[in-house]
Amino acid sequence: MRHRLPDKEIQACAIFGVMDRSGRRFSGELIIEAMKNMKVRGNGLGGGFAVYGVYPEYKDYYALHVMFQDGSRQAKAEVDDFLYDNFDVVHDEEIPTNPEADVVDPPLFWRYFVQPQKKGEEKKLSDDDYVVRKVMYINTCIEDAFVFSSGKDMGVFKGVGFPEDIADFFMLDELYEGYIWTAHSRFPTNTPGWWGGAHPFCILDWTVVHNGEISSYGTNRRFLEMYGYYCTLYTDTEVIAYAVDLLMRRQRLPIEIVAKIFAPPMWDQIDHMDEKRKKFYTTLRMVYAPLLLNGPFTVIIAHHGEMVGLTDRIRLRPITAGEKGDIIFMSSEEAAIRAVCPDLDRVWTPHGGEPIIGRLNSKREGETDEV
Amino acid sequence: MLPAVFRDAFLENVRKVDELLEYALIEGDVAKIDASQLNHKELNDLMRECVLKGAKKLILKNVCGQRYIGTRLYFPDRRKLEIEIFGTPGNDLGAFLDGHRIIVHGNAQDGVGNTMNDGEIVIEGRAGDVVAMAMRGGKIFIRDDVGYRTAIHMKEYKDKIPVLVVGGTSQDFLGEYMAGGRVILLGLTLKKPKHKAYYIGTGMHGGVIYIRGEVEEHQLGKEVGVVDMEEEDWKTLERYVGEFSTYFGYDADEILAEKFMKLLPVTKRPYGRIYAY
Repeated sequence: MRHRLPDKEIQACAIFGVMDRSGRRFSGELIIEAMKNMKVRGNGLGGGFAVYGVYPEYKDYYALHVMFQDGSRQAKAEVDDFLYDNFDVVHDEEIPTNPEADVVDPPLFWRYFVQPQKKGEEKKLSDDDYVVRKVMYINTCIEDAFVFSSGKDMGVFKGVGFPEDIADFFMLDELYEGYIWTAHSRFPTNTPGWWGGAHPFCILDWTVVHNGEISSYGTNRRFLEMYGYYCTLYTDTEVIAYAVDLLMRRQRLPIEIVAKIFAPPMWDQIDHMDEKRKKFYTTLRMVYAPLLLNGPFTVIIAHHGEMVGLTDRIRLRPITAGEKGDIIFMSSEEAAIRAVCPDLDRVWTPHGGEPIIGRLNSKREGETDEV
Repeated sequence: MLPAVFRDAFLENVRKVDELLEYALIEGDVAKIDASQLNHKELNDLMRECVLKGAKKLILKNVCGQRYIGTRLYFPDRRKLEIEIFGTPGNDLGAFLDGHRIIVHGNAQDGVGNTMNDGEIVIEGRAGDVVAMAMRGGKIFIRDDVGYRTAIHMKEYKDKIPVLVVGGTSQDFLGEYMAGGRVILLGLTLKKPKHKAYYIGTGMHGGVIYIRGEVEEHQLGKEVGVVDMEEEDWKTLERYVGEFSTYFGYDADEILAEKFMKLLPVTKRPYGRIYAY
């Protein structure tokens, strides 16, 4: 059965993020309403959500969300064997879904709460590195199985449909609460609209939603392969999730620096900086040239404790940030924020390449100056 | 904070205009419209219908992201309407606007006055990217800041000279490929005296940009140069900064007491030799 494409005239992706910096958890209702306001930007070929603080009862275990194409029981059996061999599986279950939801041909969704069971050579790996390696194994070696969420106390829910349909399918307004929610409505341009290709993209607890296209995808992908990241989901955004994991988790760079790797200042701007900054930006551009993200993009990157909005350096895609008390919003359009919070304390849009940062237990960190 | 119930902005199930009249209240020549349950096509249809029923002033309440507001309001008798907006209008506000006046009590998004031909847009707040793109006539006044590529490819012809006045600052590529018109940037929101915008006037080949506040040479595109202000320029500024100040409650003399920088293109055909051999 083919998905019916609606009559529409406007095309773009929509992204939205909301975080309560006090750590208070709230349901998906708010972000679903915000995404509905931007429905006109998507076309129903992809919608998804990431939520943080969602599994408090299993917060010490990695929550693996796995998708089995065409409900493949064989893939499920292989993944079960693989996970039981390599992890302590403390709980697993089918992810509850709503059969009445307006989606077509959903795959089978399962979640596993696991603890690494490292053996031999792999004992020297950190838990996180071990999980990345096992996720890459499933994605590349087990046919019809894709791990689309692999962090602790967080989860990604995504698929083919409008965001509100996907939310209805996974019952996000009823079943889950979190202190960060990000969301995406897709208008796929270069790659197919399929369940695995919906946003957010996730590795460990890092997630990315993206509006735009990464024309440096090939260069970025080849560079990431050298560090053990393999792109399997047929879409450019995947590289950003892996690049963030490499730079922020493994290399421990702060987002302020990572933003300047993804969206560095132009050379003619570097020419006019003082010596110290000139040297810094020149070094950064040379060391990390293969991770420069070329092409138009706005992304919202999240992990536990932090949500970041960033655009390309000449801002070829929109972003607006808003604040109301402890809540920070990031959105493709201001109206979507106003639809759920009409009386904002502050609304702003930084220059291209300058991140908007929301951090747990901090206020007013929104606008950062250049490093 | 509770999710408000707005109609989703989509083109499916668009209702016929006579079903929409329940959202409008027409009293004499004023029509009040509650836009919360209308998508962008329905809202523009209803605005037109209200005018056909005699309204000269349209007051839109609960606007939240509807695009193209004011676009389809051309009438053969060239009547001029006043449109007041409460809420946040969506992209391309006043696109192709032809003579009407739009006042927004709040912020606007991207594409304000896209290819606008005549009339006036007043934003009591900020606006997003590509404000006044390809604008060819009329006036836009924005109280606060604007985003990227403001006045991109603005143009003029004989006495049709569009004017954009921005009270705050602009982000990069102000006046990119500008072919005509007047852009006035006042810098009233700047905390430091210097504007941050880069690539001002890149590819510019017509029109004038006036900037109050500091800009360094390397922030300018290669296609523009700084020239001295002349008496004509001050007259232009007095007129439009005066109108700006009236709208937003500023003191025009105070604004005009500061130094202004005038930018002109260095050539009318900056890329003329690139494609010729």
